[in-house]
Amino acid sequence: MKILVCISHVPDTTSKINFTDSDTKFDTNGVQFVINPNDEFGLTRAMWFKEKQGATVHVVNVGGAETEPTLRKALAIGADEAIRINTPATDGFSVAKQLANVAKEGGYDLVIGGRESIDYNGGMVPGMVAKLIGANFVNTCIGLEVEGDKATAIREIDGGKETLKTSLPLVIGGQKGLVEESDLRIPNMRGIMQARTKPLNVKEPVDANAETNTVSFQKPAPKGAVKLVDSVDELVNLLHNEAKVI
Amino acid sequence: METETKNNELLRGGQFLVKETKAEDVFTPEDFSEEQKMMRDSVKEFVDREIWPKKEEFEHKNYALTEEVMRKAGEMGLLGVAVPEEYGGLGMGFVTTMLVCDYISGATGSVATAFGAHTGIGTLPITLYGTEEQKKKYVPKLATGEWFGAYALTEPSAGSDANSGKTKAVLSEDGKYYKISGQKMWISNSGFCHTMIVFARIEDDKYITGFIVENDPENGISMGEEEKKLGIHSSSTRQVFFSDTKVPVENMLGERGEGFKIAMNALNVGRIKLAAASLDAQRRVIANAVQYANERIQFNVPISSFGAIKLKLAEMATSAYVGESASYRAGKNIEDRIALRVKAGNSHQEAELKGVEEYAIECSILKVAVSEDIQNCSDEGIQIYGGMGYSADTPMESAWRDARIARIYEGTNEINRMLAVGMLVKKAMKGHVDLLNPAQAVAAELMGIPSFETPDFSELLSEEKAMIAKLKKVFLMVAGSAVQKYGTELEEHQQTLMAAADILIEIYMAESAILRTEKNAERFGEDSQKEQIAMSQLYLYHAVDIITVKAKEAILSFAEGDEQRAMLMGLKRFTKYQNMPNIGELRRTIAHKVISENNYPF
Repeated sequence: MKILVCISHVPDTTSKINFTDSDTKFDTNGVQFVINPNDEFGLTRAMWFKEKQGATVHVVNVGGAETEPTLRKALAIGADEAIRINTPATDGFSVAKQLANVAKEGGYDLVIGGRESIDYNGGMVPGMVAKLIGANFVNTCIGLEVEGDKATAIREIDGGKETLKTSLPLVIGGQKGLVEESDLRIPNMRGIMQARTKPLNVKEPVDANAETNTVSFQKPAPKGAVKLVDSVDELVNLLHNEAKVI
Repeated sequence: METETKNNELLRGGQFLVKETKAEDVFTPEDFSEEQKMMRDSVKEFVDREIWPKKEEFEHKNYALTEEVMRKAGEMGLLGVAVPEEYGGLGMGFVTTMLVCDYISGATGSVATAFGAHTGIGTLPITLYGTEEQKKKYVPKLATGEWFGAYALTEPSAGSDANSGKTKAVLSEDGKYYKISGQKMWISNSGFCHTMIVFARIEDDKYITGFIVENDPENGISMGEEEKKLGIHSSSTRQVFFSDTKVPVENMLGERGEGFKIAMNALNVGRIKLAAASLDAQRRVIANAVQYANERIQFNVPISSFGAIKLKLAEMATSAYVGESASYRAGKNIEDRIALRVKAGNSHQEAELKGVEEYAIECSILKVAVSEDIQNCSDEGIQIYGGMGYSADTPMESAWRDARIARIYEGTNEINRMLAVGMLVKKAMKGHVDLLNPAQAVAAELMGIPSFETPDFSELLSEEKAMIAKLKKVFLMVAGSAVQKYGTELEEHQQTLMAAADILIEIYMAESAILRTEKNAERFGEDSQKEQIAMSQLYLYHAVDIITVKAKEAILSFAEGDEQRAMLMGLKRFTKYQNMPNIGELRRTIAHKVISENNYPF
């Protein structure tokens, strides 16, 4: 089985978010980048397929050279090969088109993406990739087994789970549940050293115009100061007259 | 993995004092390769997942937890970083081994100690001095954490005077093994170790001999109870008793009578690693302290808005920054020296030994400086937390207790102070470092008329660098006169040695920070280094004060009359700023960054 894991290079969850150029660009200054957590659950599941079922695992990312440390980390965790599509990740559609091209050319049986990236939270890429390559698609995937060309996927639905049977080629939008947080792997020293010698191929992009453009970003209003109240009456009064929520 | 070397001419150990080091020639934490950064991040993740959340358990004498973490560290490859690949390790360069040691040691002194004892003094002597058979037999197991190592040097009556141990090794009649008998104490990792490097005396040898001893209770080895200690509560520390313990002759480490040298050389590495091991502890204390200060509201505002707290945060961050600067500067010097020797045909083993030995002075300087920094840092950490800091429910209390041991083990800070100066004097006598000519030049300068020209200090950090050059003259003046006065009896005059050591330490630390900042300002732009410039200036300002006090103390104790007056005048001249820094402003600049980032951000 050939697996392609799509890796988004995203700011660490504890990063301070700021914008520049009149709130049109994300300020990367001083920001630490990590593997998108939803993708990391998928990568870890892919490693399981590699170890238990002999799958080959490639990782792919759309982005400039600055995203390579993220791909190297995926290699250090155990992926066999990495591909960087040398163009900035702009909107969901153009990213999906780039990924679909790699997925198609590489003849992958299983494409694992994250349900959404934790930076722009578009949540569209895996579905678009599935459509573009003509593969089956399971979103919000929290469990995946593959037997030959048949797959059993578990999907999170409102208030419960849904088990689906489908066949390869398959694209999933993965999330926590594919593996648990405690299963996530820290690259070990040998893995990091081996990552140095594993292929990281830079691929030029195919034509794909962004179909959406960011006009501006807006941060939520800063939280006001906490007000401590001494009695229930006062609380009711404030909620009614000041916050106007009751 | 060797990081790229730019040094055209590699300074020898101790030469920093008499030769100018260029900023572009120092290695800084900003020079880590992508791979080194990935390793650092992995170690941090490992600590954040496996150690930090269990911090409290480590305070309850959970030795099994330490062992478990060590085993996991082995699986991560962290125990074999410094071990050559042919013995199951990763064969990394010295800087990388320091980096791993730095970041694995930040959460608790219990793991820091277990890690240091195992990799440094428990494994390293075998890789450095072992025979091929010994290395093949023991090192792969130690490198992966299948086995754990300990180091048994100290005895009840032989602490700082390590060569005075009473443990005996007697050759059996058939000449096949030695029988070791004696008592060792303060043995880290003893509770779960498989091997021990044991030092014992054969007959009436002048020097002790090292042996690799497998920990087998059937073979006359018994252990005392776990010691009740102030800190590092989950580091296993016991007495170890040997009673006719049979050790095959092929387990002798190095030559007969070479044990003291092995012990001391292992400690050189241990010392610089201990400095590294005290760095992330500082970063974590600072991060916690600033987070607390930003959240703790008094008088309706976060206490981080108060000048008294800003002062502390600025000083804490400065110490950590300076410690990092000096540790990695020396670490890279060692790595380069090893590479140079390998190139010249030395075996890796020989090269590493000589490489570290070359910088033994710097190793001692760092051990003293950084172990005292973590003590101060955690002390102020408690102070920022106020009453909560005194409670075992916050991480400051254990950080403070754990820090205390760093000033004692790997040679007390007093021993290391004396060693730093003593070794420098010895190097001068051997002609490895020319102190005589520079000292004479300073003496001549003292007699001459001082220059009244106003130097141009418009260039970044130029006044600071000029100050460092003058502080070096203070050391040469004080140490030079002391050597002249006391000759070979200098070592009897410990108060003078202590003062001289403090001068030496402050010079090395201050210079390292200035050079790191200068290098980074050059490549990343001065604007990006605003706080780093402030930290370098703040540290130097304190260094000048400390040096003034210590030098005066020394001068008053051994010089009289005209000579005393001339030296005090010189001291004044060599510690004079043309433009005094605004200390309050420097601290505000530094604190602002720490507070707004809510972390140690450098």
